[in-house]
Amino acid sequence: MSAIAARTRFAEERHPRWLLGGAALAWFALYHFLLPFWDHLLYGAFTLPRGPHWADALHFFVYDSTKILLLLAGIIFAVRILRSFLSIERTRALLGGKREGIGNVAAAGLGVATPFCSCSAVPAFIGFVAAGVPLGVTLSFLIASPMVNEIAVVLLYGLFGFKITALYIGSGLAIAIVAGAVLGRMRLERYIEPFVLDVAGNGGGAGMAEYKPTWAERFELGVAEVKTIVGKVWIYVLAGIALGAAIHGWVPADFFVRVAGAHNPFAVPFAVLLGIPLYSNAAGVLPLVEALHAKGVAMGTVLAFMMAVVALSAPEMILLRRVLRPQLLGIYVAVVAVGIVATGYLFNAIL
Amino acid sequence: MSTIKVLGSGCANCQRLTHLTEQALAELGQTIEVEKVTDYAAIAAYGVMSTPALVVDEQVLMAGRIPALSSLKDALAERLAVTV
Repeated sequence: MSAIAARTRFAEERHPRWLLGGAALAWFALYHFLLPFWDHLLYGAFTLPRGPHWADALHFFVYDSTKILLLLAGIIFAVRILRSFLSIERTRALLGGKREGIGNVAAAGLGVATPFCSCSAVPAFIGFVAAGVPLGVTLSFLIASPMVNEIAVVLLYGLFGFKITALYIGSGLAIAIVAGAVLGRMRLERYIEPFVLDVAGNGGGAGMAEYKPTWAERFELGVAEVKTIVGKVWIYVLAGIALGAAIHGWVPADFFVRVAGAHNPFAVPFAVLLGIPLYSNAAGVLPLVEALHAKGVAMGTVLAFMMAVVALSAPEMILLRRVLRPQLLGIYVAVVAVGIVATGYLFNAIL
Repeated sequence: MSTIKVLGSGCANCQRLTHLTEQALAELGQTIEVEKVTDYAAIAAYGVMSTPALVVDEQVLMAGRIPALSSLKDALAERLAVTV
């Protein structure tokens, strides 16, 4: 019997909710004792001196990387289990009867909550249009989904703390809502590729029976998601923290302050223009964001850069080009970019 | 003869589902070719909104997830009326 089958059977035999409770308890205990553990190990068992740069940098590196990986694993697991109560089919049904306005708000929220991979952006777009979800509402969903994702949130929290993370989530949702509402108002439906409407007319999107996972399967989904994502991003996380640890020691910080400090009015749009063709997930771009910020680039500027990279990546635009004609795609990119630039200025003004 | 299709744009998950399906079919002793459907209009016509999806005899069996091999084997055996 395979390991997965064995684990699933274990989860089914023991009450899976107990298993979840146990996992949560173990996680909190680990998180709580992480700092004392490294303190004892490094300063106690290995008799590292407290004070020198290299010792502090080493302590910073091991503590921060284990803390962020633990946070990532915990949050990804919890988020995947919560998301298993929603599906893209369910989300579409919820958005089907919504007007614009309320619909944009709901779509941005559901964009965050629905399990969704950007590789499904095209079939999801067609399915939404087929179900009569307004174009602007559909676009709110597609903007919010990559922008406010759990990896970005965890890493931002780990690197910059609660306030910046809350600002990022709030402004990401606001951009998705406002940009979708503006695009909806512009009456751009004629720029949807004709084949989408043909499929929609055929009753494509009739759909199938909704799949309801059992608790054991939800647990399994969470474990699989943690393995996939942490397996993919851990190297970026370690690289970013190593970079951060190095920068904490010696920062020659005048070049970036001069070209991209808060006083330079062109820094934000430049960062956004730079970010659009770059493609990376949040884990890949955050080390860069941390380094740039440590070297004196203003917070609003680096956050705008990060938003442009995750929300307006070239590969996703190429995917969307299959369903949106160039005029609509161009307007879409322009409206979202303007929203991101405005957010960057706002952050630079208030932080 | 049954037809089996994997719908998806060729992403990593789609390939994983294709391999898994081939493996399940082999373990069930079936020699059905797994057909890949990558055209978005064709995918959407099945009403599928998240890829990869598995279609058996033009019926969508599952979408947007990669099942465990054992449950995939069960589901395929049931659809293909194979006794395991």
